[in-house]
Amino acid sequence: MARTLDALRDTRREWMINRSRLIASMLAITIVLGVLVYRYYSLQIVQHDDFMTQSDRNRIRVEVIPPTRGQIVDRKGRLLAANKPTFVIGIVRERSEDPAALVDTLTERLSLTDRELKAFQERSERRRPFETVPIKLGLDDAALATVAVDLHQLPGVVVDAQLTRDYPFGEALSHVLGYVGRVSAEDLLELDAERYRGTLHTGKVGLEKRYEPLLHGKPGYQHVETNAHGRVLRVLEKEAPVPGKNLRLYLDLDLQREAVAALGDQRGAVVALDPLTGGVLAMVSNPSYDANLFVEGISYSDYAELRGSLDTPLLNRAVQGQYPPGSTVKPLISLGALARGFITPDTEVPDPGWYRLPGDDRRYRDWTLRIRGTGHAERVDLRMAIAESCDTYYYDLAHRMGIDVMAEVLRPFGLGHRTGIDTTGEQDGILPNTDWKRTALGEPWYPGETISAGIGQGYMLATPLQLAQATTVLANKGESFVPSVVHRVDDLTVGGVQRPRIPMDEAAWQAVVEGMVDVVHSPRGTAAGIARGVGYQIAGKTGTSQVVSIAQDAIYDEEAISERNRNHGLFVAFAPVENPRIVVAVIAENGGGSGAASPVARRIMDAWLSEASDV
Amino acid sequence: MSEYTRFLEGSDRDFARAQTPAERLHLDVVLLLPMLAIMTTGLFVLFSASDGDWDTVNRQIRNFVVGFAVLLLLAQVRIDTLQRWAPTLYLGALLLLLLVPFFGVGAKGAQRWLSLGFIRFQPSEIMKIAMPLMVAAWVVRHALPPRPSTTVTALLIIVLPAAAIATQPDLGTAILVGASGAFVVFMAGVSWWQIFSGALAALVCIWPAWLFLLRDYQKQRILTLVDPEADRLGAGWNIIQSKTAIGSGGWSGKGYLQGTQSHLDFLPESQTDFIIAVLAEEWGLRGVLLLLLLYGLVVARGLWISFTAQTSYGRLLASAITLTFGVYVVVNMGMVAGILPVVGVPLPFVSFGGTSIVTLLLSFGILSAISTEKRVLSR
Repeated sequence: MARTLDALRDTRREWMINRSRLIASMLAITIVLGVLVYRYYSLQIVQHDDFMTQSDRNRIRVEVIPPTRGQIVDRKGRLLAANKPTFVIGIVRERSEDPAALVDTLTERLSLTDRELKAFQERSERRRPFETVPIKLGLDDAALATVAVDLHQLPGVVVDAQLTRDYPFGEALSHVLGYVGRVSAEDLLELDAERYRGTLHTGKVGLEKRYEPLLHGKPGYQHVETNAHGRVLRVLEKEAPVPGKNLRLYLDLDLQREAVAALGDQRGAVVALDPLTGGVLAMVSNPSYDANLFVEGISYSDYAELRGSLDTPLLNRAVQGQYPPGSTVKPLISLGALARGFITPDTEVPDPGWYRLPGDDRRYRDWTLRIRGTGHAERVDLRMAIAESCDTYYYDLAHRMGIDVMAEVLRPFGLGHRTGIDTTGEQDGILPNTDWKRTALGEPWYPGETISAGIGQGYMLATPLQLAQATTVLANKGESFVPSVVHRVDDLTVGGVQRPRIPMDEAAWQAVVEGMVDVVHSPRGTAAGIARGVGYQIAGKTGTSQVVSIAQDAIYDEEAISERNRNHGLFVAFAPVENPRIVVAVIAENGGGSGAASPVARRIMDAWLSEASDV
Repeated sequence: MSEYTRFLEGSDRDFARAQTPAERLHLDVVLLLPMLAIMTTGLFVLFSASDGDWDTVNRQIRNFVVGFAVLLLLAQVRIDTLQRWAPTLYLGALLLLLLVPFFGVGAKGAQRWLSLGFIRFQPSEIMKIAMPLMVAAWVVRHALPPRPSTTVTALLIIVLPAAAIATQPDLGTAILVGASGAFVVFMAGVSWWQIFSGALAALVCIWPAWLFLLRDYQKQRILTLVDPEADRLGAGWNIIQSKTAIGSGGWSGKGYLQGTQSHLDFLPESQTDFIIAVLAEEWGLRGVLLLLLLYGLVVARGLWISFTAQTSYGRLLASAITLTFGVYVVVNMGMVAGILPVVGVPLPFVSFGGTSIVTLLLSFGILSAISTEKRVLSR
């Protein structure tokens, strides 16, 4: 068919047509080729720098190497807060064929909680492609071996090792050390976000919080080459992190555990200080909690339980608990009175078992009244007043000094203002005077309140640490230090900062200490019960503080009132008297009286002073 | 007129000369030399793109060998034989194409393959050859330029299989197949006003095509072209990464086997459709220009073959094959560089893949046949 038509065609004309179209095609090809060349020229020459940067940014990633947190050791170098390797199980969605099924598998194998799953979902929403999203945190070696041993074989599962905080002694030290927790959004408001890139934990409470800037260290960086899947192929450049500084404490682990054991189930607190440095040898608040619970985030129910408990385990009673100091202030008042000439060591006060303000009917009872129906003796001097804790003596003294002078002489001992110890949450206590009451309560000061203040009751409040601090002043005859838990930060000594010396006659110190020695070593002393078998001399002072005010002249019956309304028992002491090496303050909440506190102190002093080492 | 005369003189010279081995095998050496150079370059780039995988390179060499066998075979076939068989081939291919939706197998949501049990093939690849053969055969039934009625029928012949392929969906092949037919019509001398009105009509057709013919992913690719940053990690990823690879190559490149974009897996499809980005990254603009030069030589030789062909059929066929080859190159390099939508067109003789290489070499066999037939006839 085509052949027959061929005969009729004008081949030359067709050739001419083809030729003109070929020329048009060549023109078009040239133009298109020109566009292509221009495009490649524009990409490779004009925009080369931009794309080179882009290409480097693609492959080079700056990775943060978080610093290793400083560790905390006791005075003998035993680890109290350590960095423990744990494992994190994460998922790379892109490497799994069925991510949803993988999550289900992991949920079952690791028995993930709803809370963990929710956190995982939240993290998943912020992820980048090929990024590992953690699903299970804080698995230790054993857990990894049992539940997750073959998990890394599942496509998409990544098992990473990282350091987390571990408190090997748990409850015994939680109040001293505090704890770290996951860095939260609120934390980042006050922390330098740049220094915390890649860091998971930050101090929340206690030493961990107070020394956070030193414990944290400085992150390092490395430039790594990665492929499109984010896998690191090689390290191009590296700046090593600076690890956090280690803290060495004054605290002695053995003594701390002895103090915990001595308190037993008794609610309360113990503070033991080294009078030569102000260093905290032991600091216990009971009940306590396990700081390890907080490290990876405490569960809501656990936290609710701690928060809701009537026993307030989260309260560090040693520095946050404020109690009426009771008779433990008597030696301090005595010193002030001696210095200001209100009394001499020989001043005698008649003691019928009660005191009455001139022109007032109200009788202020001595504690002996309900036991013996009488006072301590016909006439009581300073030594006996301290040894037997004669209330009448101090009612009279307080009345003569007046509240403002009393507050003035007590302040140098550290009452009414926080000591400045290196932990968090410390309270001021209250050292009342007329100004304070007008400002705080808007009321005038009544003379009867001065009488209560004379035996450390009423508005007066002090923390166990403040009492220990004041006792240090007594032990050192005027000298004292800002209490400090930490001795050294790496090689730098931070403890042992001196406070202003309280100048006073040697005779005055002597007189008061004599009374305090009698508290323990005289048969009539209020803590004579702890003197049995003691191989050294103790100077102490008992105290009992009322939880509820008892109606005038009512007979105080311990059994009749509920346990939580029972008096707090207090005891402060130092030993040995001639060469003090330990100061102890004990409070036994609702212990009934000082009898619940003084044996605790004895046990702690025994433990410390029997130590062969003289550190 | 003068060219025509010179061409006649040239053929006299050919007649006088003894036949070279290449001529005896009906091979066009001037066409094959730049083509071999491209293939060699391609093997080097593929070696790098596959991260030094000899297996991939060997399989590509096998593709080349099979393709050459086909080329050699086709070069021996007489052009008028092809012309006679064109309608049969076309109708057969069309039938197979229409069977694909019913019996086809496929992957990634596209049905392109027919399986005969022992062999799987794409009817659209057969159509790549059949289309120019058929359209050329159709328009040369009457004297050129074609009458309007012939043109309209020719367009029907083009659109029917192109649309079938586009709905598979395989937009890249549809464009190549459509273009190869359209080039025949263009070369046949359809008047310019007809071309323009046709182009206008095509533009009008884009609207319904956008609505009904294009799949979501195809629309996405076109939208991505306009703003690749809109979906950095999704559809835009390929283009951003390929542009980065090309751009970071600069004038002299990062060095052979040193491309970070390709070797660190940032560049997708680096052995197939996006292989030019590997070359551009490692060899720089120098390499790109060299490759373009080689392609230019092939196209120039192809057009020369068309220029000197004895019959209108040969001329139309040669130019359609050559221009389609040019479209391959331009569409591929354009899409990788981000000025054309990503439509899945391989870079001829460089991209890894058996089917396209065999089909391309088959068409080069036809070109060779056309190139050598003029001499046979002139004897």
